[in-house]
Amino acid sequence: MTDAVLATQNITKSFGSLIACDDVSIEVKPEEIHAIIGPNGAGKSTLISQICGTQKPDNGCVKLLGQDITFKSAKDRALSGIGRTFQISQLAMEDTVLQNVMIGSLGKTGNPWKFIKPVLKINELREEAEFALERVGLTNDLHSKAGILSHGQKRQLEVAIALTLKPKIFIMDEPMAGLGIEGSKELMLLLDNLRYEAPILLVEHDMDAVFSLANIISVLDYGRVIASDSVEGIKKNPIVQRAYLGEET
Amino acid sequence: MEAYWPLWVALMIGERNINLLTLSLFVLIPAWAYLADEPFTITLMTRAVIFALAAVGLNLILGIGGFVSFGHAAFFGLGGYVMGILAWHAQGYSPLLEWPFVIEGTKSMPVIWLVSIMVSAIFALIIGAVSLKTSGVYFIMITLAFAQMMYYFSISWSAYGGEDGMSIYVRNNFPGLNTLDPIQFYSLCFVLLLISLWFVSRLIKSPFGLALNAARQSPQRVQAVGLDLHKLQLFAFVVSGAITGLAGALFADLNRFVSPNMFGWQLSGEFIVFIIIGGVGRLFGPVIGALLFVGLEHFLGELSDFWHIYLGIILLLIVLFSKSGVIGLIAKKEVHSD
Repeated sequence: MTDAVLATQNITKSFGSLIACDDVSIEVKPEEIHAIIGPNGAGKSTLISQICGTQKPDNGCVKLLGQDITFKSAKDRALSGIGRTFQISQLAMEDTVLQNVMIGSLGKTGNPWKFIKPVLKINELREEAEFALERVGLTNDLHSKAGILSHGQKRQLEVAIALTLKPKIFIMDEPMAGLGIEGSKELMLLLDNLRYEAPILLVEHDMDAVFSLANIISVLDYGRVIASDSVEGIKKNPIVQRAYLGEET
Repeated sequence: MEAYWPLWVALMIGERNINLLTLSLFVLIPAWAYLADEPFTITLMTRAVIFALAAVGLNLILGIGGFVSFGHAAFFGLGGYVMGILAWHAQGYSPLLEWPFVIEGTKSMPVIWLVSIMVSAIFALIIGAVSLKTSGVYFIMITLAFAQMMYYFSISWSAYGGEDGMSIYVRNNFPGLNTLDPIQFYSLCFVLLLISLWFVSRLIKSPFGLALNAARQSPQRVQAVGLDLHKLQLFAFVVSGAITGLAGALFADLNRFVSPNMFGWQLSGEFIVFIIIGGVGRLFGPVIGALLFVGLEHFLGELSDFWHIYLGIILLLIVLFSKSGVIGLIAKKEVHSD
């Protein structure tokens, strides 16, 4: 219990009569990729929001390295070590790719209270950003605007920004969506190694990716965790098959 | 537009050259006016420079920060009243404050500027702390409300002229210059505009500028990397208010007159119009906008009493045909510089 990097304990969140998150307790342990799967509307995004601090749970708590962060703001959680990527890309579309990544390094290691020196000339921030872009394989267009990138490239950029935060845990909301076969393979390789830097809570629709990467899979349905098991266990689980993977399998 | 109008494209020049061209106008027109002995033109250009300075301040929070302040006349008026009050006490030989310690008025421009900047910054801190909690229409209304509060306060402040305002008989002093000479006062204002443009141009590219820019485009992202959204925007608002406050002090000195109208919402609106004409978020947008506005006000004003109608039509055309003002119309697509 104590060795979990991130834990949610019995968190519940409802919007009016709709219970989006019902008594959810999950744990992410070191060097682990914990995948969350579930049909649309199962409460995956609400769960992520509560972990990252953009929504507060009605009940229950969120713990990072044993410390209660339930009432911390999104900004403070980022500083404590939560590095997230967004399902819908949250980028400064008018800024360049490099500038977008530098915003990440600025928040964690840099100082935004400098007013005269151009940010692109601060070498340590820039090198950090360029290294992160190299790791996600987005090196050819450092100076094009984020807005003109393809959907897949925006996903890669999201991951690059999270890398610069050097978080204690990565929270990734559908990083593979729209990546294409080649891109997905590259990113899977990256995530596969990344788990040894910090564990990953991965929300993903791409089942091949989930089955090949995850150590643990939790299945959400109507806001509840209906199963939480290894890949093999989930594949065999009759409840999961009925609710999600389809009856015929 | 480029596809249908090759001639237009041929005429387009880089944004950097537009900026240089604008600056050269600000040098050449007054130089010509000086040689031709046309002091009125110099005064007109001084007006344009001061308005440009005010709008450069506003552009920081409006263009880069993304908050449309409809109350920047509050800072313009504050700067004006700081100048007015200090100079009024100095010319009347009555101390500003007698207890617990004596503060005398002053006719020294550097001191007046410094006090204007500080007072505007303090008020911007208070106004910003309240209004930046909101956004969109609510932000517009709250900033307007603050400015109107100060407008009505100044009307009822009979110690300093109330509705009639205050006249300052002689322009304030700057060491080594004869500020009553129009071209010398113009140069002083122009140098201040250049300094503030330099500062803002550095600010935009600095770490702070990067964060502020990102905060406008994606607040969620900025929070997710651990940056304090509210603090970033508040600081931008304070700097913005301080620059506009300095412009207010200069404007009062230009007219040697301060009145509650300097707090008026019409002025707040005009500052926004300068930025929209020139180009929102562009460094020289407010400068080009202020120059065009003052020029149009002068030339159209000669043609007709109803010059606002023509100004309105021109404004409408600019907004309809360009996403970012005059600069957007004539600037080539920017090539990224590194």
